[in-house]
Amino acid sequence: MNDIHTYQKIASQVRRDILRMVTGAGSGHPGGSMSSADILTALYFKEMNVTPEGWNRAGNGHDIFFLSIGHISPIFYSVLARRGFFPISELGTFRAYGSRLQGHPSIDAALPGVHQASGSLGQGLSVAIGAALAKRLAGDNSRVFVLIGDGESQEGQIWEAAAAAVHHKVDNLIAMTDWNKQQIDGSTEEVQSLGDLTLKWNAFGWECIVADGHDFNSIFEAFDRANSLLGGGRPVMILFETEMGHGVDFMAGTHEWHGKSPSQEQCERGLAQLEETFGDY
Amino acid sequence: MKKYINTGNKDTRSGFGAGLSHLGTINPKVVALCADLTGSLKMDAFAKAHPERFFQCGIAEANMIGMAAGLAIGGAIPFAGTFANFATGRVYDQIRQSVCYSETNVKIAASHAGITLGEDGATHQILEDMGLMRMLPNMVVINPCDYNQTKAATIAAAAWQGPVYLRFGRPGVPNFTPEDQVFEIGKALHLNEGSDVTVIATGHLVWEAIQAAEILEKEGISVDLLNIHTIKPLDHEAIISSAVKSGRVVCAEEHLIAGGLGEAVAGLLAREHPVPMRFVAIDDRFGQSGKPAQLMSAYGLDTAHIVAAVKEIIGVK
Repeated sequence: MNDIHTYQKIASQVRRDILRMVTGAGSGHPGGSMSSADILTALYFKEMNVTPEGWNRAGNGHDIFFLSIGHISPIFYSVLARRGFFPISELGTFRAYGSRLQGHPSIDAALPGVHQASGSLGQGLSVAIGAALAKRLAGDNSRVFVLIGDGESQEGQIWEAAAAAVHHKVDNLIAMTDWNKQQIDGSTEEVQSLGDLTLKWNAFGWECIVADGHDFNSIFEAFDRANSLLGGGRPVMILFETEMGHGVDFMAGTHEWHGKSPSQEQCERGLAQLEETFGDY
Repeated sequence: MKKYINTGNKDTRSGFGAGLSHLGTINPKVVALCADLTGSLKMDAFAKAHPERFFQCGIAEANMIGMAAGLAIGGAIPFAGTFANFATGRVYDQIRQSVCYSETNVKIAASHAGITLGEDGATHQILEDMGLMRMLPNMVVINPCDYNQTKAATIAAAAWQGPVYLRFGRPGVPNFTPEDQVFEIGKALHLNEGSDVTVIATGHLVWEAIQAAEILEKEGISVDLLNIHTIKPLDHEAIISSAVKSGRVVCAEEHLIAGGLGEAVAGLLAREHPVPMRFVAIDDRFGQSGKPAQLMSAYGLDTAHIVAAVKEIIGVK
């Protein structure tokens, strides 16, 4: 699949899934799921070397993806299901009692495609570094990807990890930030300013790439550039500039929809803006 | 009473270091991480022999636990080492989510546990670590009593599939368990057969309990003595059968009463066979600076206090 239009169609469908999952559950986090939708579509439908058949939790022989911002589980579950890791119909069980689709990703629930529990913020980058080191030790040339949030980057552990990755020359790792500039209580500027993230990651010694997280050409170019830097002795961070709630007009660009489910009526209004391209679950 | 011979004082942390070095030579999957305390945890030999498998993490414990979890996901068997205070309370949430809830095969090596850390004082003397770790689903909690047992426990922890909290200490203490022992996780060691009272001890208090049992025997009090090196999973059968036999239990540990071995035993016996109990442990207070032996005495954690607790409980029955 090389046609940008194909990825846009997938992204439209997964955004529909997000809306329907969160509305159906009556809770969940649509805002960051929408802002990360294009990045995760690009990862799972093109960039990453991983198949549902070949997937194993250890990641032996295939690329690994860690979702550090576990609250955007709707987009994670949707791309995993749409990619064939588990039945699409299971998306309808999101957050329900007994479901493998826990509110935040879980190992307990044994959902294929999930390598690690996440939800309590700040931990995923450290885990990704460890997994990348394990690949190095095992002589496995596949890569490790991790998605963190900009709000999450207020956590101190992110910067402990930032220093560690450089110190240990973790150069089989591509970290990504969903830089949507919003968090629960407001904009990241209002809540606790992050300053210049590009300067910060560069200052820590990372290769830092900035891209448009809603433009598939820009996303793929960023991955191409990141891949060219792997093996160079430094970890790579792609700062994807995105918009919280992207794709639904009344959700876009505001923190209001970080962790709130739409009403049925609002859901319908949102769905009307997103083409059903591969069939709803 | 069975005789136990101290073959010479040794610190339990050196037992960990020896066990880790042994693992390094026999198991290429074993890796080690340390937060700027390599010398204190006796991890230098491993670091020197296997530099590619040793990860210095600096003073960044939260990241160290996360890295260990990631290494475990990739198939390694990581031992993440620091002082018990920084290995538990400081990183509780990282252990909870990235290790226990995620079922990653991480071994947390916690040195300088308890009040015998000594002169550094209360900021470093964690007395609640076993409680914190015991509460976490999937976590195994081990508190060996001497050098030989700590070495054996380290080797056993690597063979166990799943999270392990391995607690050991700073000072030299009597080394009296067999050098070639096989450490069975979750299995109490029956150190003495007795009938008047059960004494259940863990860690540094096991030697004190042996001394106490010898004194009590001379006074005609027969002690059924258990070394509980694994706080979780607790050996229910050994504890219940001893309590049934003696009808009284004294627990001894270098920990707060809250969350410790004594409470674990009390919880079990309250359900299965309630008996009078006494706790040789610290009651709801922080430690302070001092020499280890001085502090053990001042905080009521030595042979004399075990003897007193036994006499008290026999008096009340």
